[in-house]
Amino acid sequence: MGLLSDPNRRRALSRLITRLNTPLCIMSYIVGLSWFLGLSFQPFTLRTYISENAMGSTMVEEQFTHGDRALSYAREFASVKKKVRGMPVAWLEKTMRTLGLEVYTQSFTRTLPFPDETTERYMVKGTNVYGILRAPRAASTESLVLSVPCSEGDHNNQALGLALALASYFRGQIYWAKDIIFLVNEYDLIGMEAWLEAYHDVNITGMESSVMMGRAGAIQAAVSLEISSDVITSLDIAVEGLNGQLPNLDMVNLFYAFCQKNGLLCTIQGKLQRGDWDSFPAYLHSLETTMLMVLKQGSGRPQGDHGLFLRYHIEAITMRGINSFRQYKYDMSTIGKTLEGMFRKLNNLLERLHQSYFFYLLPSLSRFVSIGMYMPVFGCLILILVLKSLDLWMKLTRSESVEEDGVSDTEQELKPGILSLVAPILICHVTGLSLYYLPVMGQHLAIEHFPVSESEAVVLTVIAIYVAGLALPHNTHRVLTGAGTEQGWMMLKLISLLYLAVQLGCIALINFSLGFLLAITMVPVAAVVQPVGPRVLYAVLLILVTPATTLFFSIFLYKELDEHPLGLLECWQLFLQAIAGGLLDHYLYGSIVFPFIAFFIYPCWLQLWNIVFWK
Amino acid sequence: MAALWLLCAVALGLGRGRSWAAEGLGAPDFPELGDSLREELVIAPLQSGDVAATFQFRTRWDSELLGQEVFHYRLFPKALGQVISKYSVQELHLSFTHGFWRSRAWGHPFLQAPAGAELWVWFQDSVSDVDQTWKELTNILSGIFCASLNFIDSTNTVTPTASFKPMGLSNVTDHRLLRYAILPREVVCTENLTPWKKLLPCGSRAGLAVLLKAERLFHSSYHSQAVHIRPICKDSQCLRVSWELRQTLTVVFDMFSTGQGKRDWSLFKMFTRTGLEACPLASQSKIYVALSSRDQENEPFDVSPPPTSVQEVSFQGDRRRYAVYDLQSRELSNSSRNLNIMLKWKGPQEKGDPLAPVLYTQRYIGGYGLQKGELNTVIYNSHPYRAFPIIFMETVPWYLRLYVHTLVITTKGKDNKPSYIHYQPAKDRLCPHLLEMLIQLPANSATKITIQFERALLKWTEYPPDPNHGFYVSPSTVSALLPSVIGMKTDSMEESPLFTTLFPSSDGSSYFVRLYTEPLLVNLPTPDFSMPYNVICLTCTVVAVGYGSFYNLLTRTLQREEPRTGGLAKRLANIIRKLRGVPAL
Repeated sequence: MGLLSDPNRRRALSRLITRLNTPLCIMSYIVGLSWFLGLSFQPFTLRTYISENAMGSTMVEEQFTHGDRALSYAREFASVKKKVRGMPVAWLEKTMRTLGLEVYTQSFTRTLPFPDETTERYMVKGTNVYGILRAPRAASTESLVLSVPCSEGDHNNQALGLALALASYFRGQIYWAKDIIFLVNEYDLIGMEAWLEAYHDVNITGMESSVMMGRAGAIQAAVSLEISSDVITSLDIAVEGLNGQLPNLDMVNLFYAFCQKNGLLCTIQGKLQRGDWDSFPAYLHSLETTMLMVLKQGSGRPQGDHGLFLRYHIEAITMRGINSFRQYKYDMSTIGKTLEGMFRKLNNLLERLHQSYFFYLLPSLSRFVSIGMYMPVFGCLILILVLKSLDLWMKLTRSESVEEDGVSDTEQELKPGILSLVAPILICHVTGLSLYYLPVMGQHLAIEHFPVSESEAVVLTVIAIYVAGLALPHNTHRVLTGAGTEQGWMMLKLISLLYLAVQLGCIALINFSLGFLLAITMVPVAAVVQPVGPRVLYAVLLILVTPATTLFFSIFLYKELDEHPLGLLECWQLFLQAIAGGLLDHYLYGSIVFPFIAFFIYPCWLQLWNIVFWK
Repeated sequence: MAALWLLCAVALGLGRGRSWAAEGLGAPDFPELGDSLREELVIAPLQSGDVAATFQFRTRWDSELLGQEVFHYRLFPKALGQVISKYSVQELHLSFTHGFWRSRAWGHPFLQAPAGAELWVWFQDSVSDVDQTWKELTNILSGIFCASLNFIDSTNTVTPTASFKPMGLSNVTDHRLLRYAILPREVVCTENLTPWKKLLPCGSRAGLAVLLKAERLFHSSYHSQAVHIRPICKDSQCLRVSWELRQTLTVVFDMFSTGQGKRDWSLFKMFTRTGLEACPLASQSKIYVALSSRDQENEPFDVSPPPTSVQEVSFQGDRRRYAVYDLQSRELSNSSRNLNIMLKWKGPQEKGDPLAPVLYTQRYIGGYGLQKGELNTVIYNSHPYRAFPIIFMETVPWYLRLYVHTLVITTKGKDNKPSYIHYQPAKDRLCPHLLEMLIQLPANSATKITIQFERALLKWTEYPPDPNHGFYVSPSTVSALLPSVIGMKTDSMEESPLFTTLFPSSDGSSYFVRLYTEPLLVNLPTPDFSMPYNVICLTCTVVAVGYGSFYNLLTRTLQREEPRTGGLAKRLANIIRKLRGVPAL
């Protein structure tokens, strides 16, 4: 403050900002980027540790040995499932009741806003079955959840078998302090959302479901299990939830600790941890893992059934059994032991998991990057926008003061300039609104006039509106009067830069990865665009960093990192699917990525586009 | 039956036995030194396959505890007697429960108790400062029972207006003399069991109490122990008052963790002990085994050894048959050293959805996030054609701020208007919300009571240890007069086992039931206590820097400074010039 109240020093500072603006911006970008790249370097990261006292010191002794029972349950379930062609509700009810659980069912119906072509769902009608193991001498105030999705085909039978075997083993134990809910959900995420909404008696997404009869208090933690083979070679953990929410790091640590204890191979993002760390391939390996996490988190899509629990402040992870060509295999007893250990530790919890981190990136299972470490990256990127807008502001005020000293009649020209900015900003946002509302509302109109399915109609309408937005500058200029001044575009750019900075800052607090992906692409281009100079280059750059292109390249990069490289055409197919998926995520589970792009980022980008074509 | 009892009485030939035999015959003839002990154990297989064992020890004392000084105690525990006379207690009901009675799966219990500790006391109208007496009483009881009853204070004490009535002989129904409190977080363990057992005349050395071994009682799915003290009529004329102390203990053994997944039960399997003898001080010592309810004509299971007799009683609107084992009868006392009552089921285990009782409840918190929430209670009336009213009572701690205008009661999709509402709003840090309503439940319906609340932000010293565990909301109570299936004879109740006499009903067409819902666990917005140092440092820095510079900006007068030339040399010269009296440069 003292710095700013002193006119001399202020002048020196403003001179510094204006004169060294470009080098400062470049430096800040490079620092940000290299900081991010450095996050995956092992010496810069912290080792994970269990912070929760109740889970730390006491190791439990696992005694689950009923792997063969799990497999026989799985086989029986598979045959019944094949017979009834769907979820065998009656069989599940009977089996769970025989095991001594309190069994309840919950039926739900949900009509999707438009048909989902990847999973072939439109009018979804299903039933969730869940059995509650009542803890002895506890008043059902707390509970844990073990959920198993009942998938189509032959998937996940083994997971269900293991869950039933665990239920029968857990039922005979006296040490439970929290109720345990064994949930079999139909239509994976839709069923899970229906169950969670009914359990908490809320209706967020327009799901119709039956009244829920059995409850077990506040759910403390949840594990979702997916195993599709009799033996596995490794266990994979999925952490990223809806809107990029993450479970408490202690949940991940718990999984890691018990995999270690039982000698199980465990992976994150499908990547096994490397033994060495000081070689370049090892660094690349952990960078790839981090990047995969950033891409998955940035998508805002739940990476497993656990993802929907996080909204309700329930720490949850998904465990997936992987059966690859590796030599050494683990049987159901070992996985059962791992789960038993995890549940017993969770059972020991006195409080909700709150000790460890909620915001983190994982370069490997044993290393983590906390929010304090990765936020400077974002700070550096945002700094560019702040520097650039300070520069613009100073230029604007300086030209104003110069004019005041000299000719005073230019003042009248400036005023309508600011007012006329309302028109382009408004038009950009109206385009954003139509991007959000028109595709789903107009799908029936579209299929009447064009030979496409509903899903295609929606996706194509989204793309059409998105592209149509590019033609806006030519139309808005007719509305503008007297905006052709230099102050006009500078003011518009100033507003756009600040607007972008605020948007990115907000989203980075909710979902760092999304904010980072948008910032690393949009920020440098947003800083350089102007209506003078190589306009075509600016336009091309802008198109390269538009959220849609970012999505396209993210898919490409994801497939590349996931060791399933794809051609551009296949990527295009996935891109179309991702748009439909993003819309469905929003309508079905309340993901905020699509509305955020449509309402905020896209209009802001259109404003930048306007600047390039300023006349 | 009377003949059998007489036979036993003659065989024993004790003075105490005479009074008991006379009571058995129904003639109100009590001896001068009127204290007696009756011990009972009821074993009832539950439809879920579990088994419930309920002990009751009734000590009756024909003495005026109030008014006159009593020095000589025989069977009645002195500790409680002194408490009653000192604090002018009219009635006292205290229960400690670990676990939750699952009405839906287990049916109605003899007497339900809420999870945690519950205490309700009626005081005599001679008590002038009820609140002070209540406070002292809770502290005394806390010491007697080794429990945290001293945590009962004004923030969890309420005075219900309609839900609770005196159970004993009383002409006071002024609810201002009633105090009621629940501590849902209270954990019950052996330290509470031992003082409870010490109140028994035989302790745990003889009688049915030998079965009460802590390691078995706490290896169960439900454990509840209670003390009920009330005045009753001394005789049928009811001119003088007797005091009755009932000590009850209910325990439910789990089929899967204790019974190895089988429904067959035996005394040994439950208590790991067989030999039983009556307490020598007891005038009656019996074990009852519930055989069947009205639907099943023949028993679904065999009981061995053959019982002394089979008794039929009407209980909870139903006629039940009990196999009675009289520990004081001669034929049983010969073999009682290895008496091991066994239940063997005849048919295979059928596993259907358990038959729901007429009235059951469910309670839960709706919504998510740490700002608002919704308190939901669903009350089911599964009676096929009878509607009945209930009194619903809810006590909510002050830190959940109820919005009473959001109170909605719906039955079958329609608004259900309560005919009586008593609402006492909370005062922050002083007293809880109390909501009492009289609601009519239509036949075969589910009634949902919903009320929204906001979670208050506590002061940082008000959080208990482990604040992230959450805060408990005590169970709500549902009191109802349920229509009975059969006409009950009210006069024969004294003979029937257990609690039937506790709730006297005026006519035989209905019976009284009080249910408790689950306690709830609510998370409040909790600060991160692990970083107070960081927070203090950061706040101080921000305040100091921010305040300092703002103060600077606001108070400083800004003026353009003349470019200074010369510097130190010039200043020195000026000082010299000043000394010389010459104007400065």
